[in-house]
Amino acid sequence: MSKKKIHMEPFWWTWFSVGGTAAAFTLPVLMLIFGIAIPLGWMEPPVYEELSGMLTTVTRLVILVIILLSLLHWAHRYRFTLYDGLQLQRYHKLISISCYGTAIGLGLYSIRILLNF
Amino acid sequence: MDHTEYPERKTYKKRMPVFWWTKHWSDFLFIMRELTSLPVAWSCILLIWLVRSLDEGPEAYYNFIDKLSSPAMIVINIFAFAGLVFHSITWFSLAPKAMVLKIGRYRVPGPLIAWMNYSGWLIASIAIICILN
Repeated sequence: MSKKKIHMEPFWWTWFSVGGTAAAFTLPVLMLIFGIAIPLGWMEPPVYEELSGMLTTVTRLVILVIILLSLLHWAHRYRFTLYDGLQLQRYHKLISISCYGTAIGLGLYSIRILLNF
Repeated sequence: MDHTEYPERKTYKKRMPVFWWTKHWSDFLFIMRELTSLPVAWSCILLIWLVRSLDEGPEAYYNFIDKLSSPAMIVINIFAFAGLVFHSITWFSLAPKAMVLKIGRYRVPGPLIAWMNYSGWLIASIAIICILN
């Protein structure tokens, strides 16, 4: 008796790894600039007109892709952190749904903001 | 193993204490590495917030910059930055183990892949600083 089972793991893992790479290249420097350097006065905050002028269709799409990939990376990794770290394997369904659900919800919201719906 | 086929069979599962990862330094680092996903998600929220404020106009944008300058926010973001850097370092040093790169029959050595990643990271970071400065 063989039941065909669709394995979702490789699918999520692929996006986890692509997202981890996108995050690793771009997020530390953005956090350094906006989270530390500007608030502590090491760097002048970009002038509004200049920064908003940089938001073209292309840069919006780039930022959106970084956000969406990073969210998928978070969802996958955090799911396993809860399983392993807190020993919550019992609640795997609930955890999967809340992790991927949060990522999809935030992802849809970021699509709305970045594409100006 | 499909439990519905053999309901009487249950695999043995050893119960682990919740704080099993505090006993060994390597386990602790493992959990810290896994927890870097939280700063990653936090960065996404800040990025969405930044773009939204830019779309709303100058007042919203400068408000957002003010919010980032509150002491609590600075402390959170310093931790977040540390987590993000830890993510990048562990990610790039693991990459050669997950991916085997071959040119013809020649296998690109792991450390070389890692260093290409590190230099790419440095170049990307400097480029972003130059664009925003």
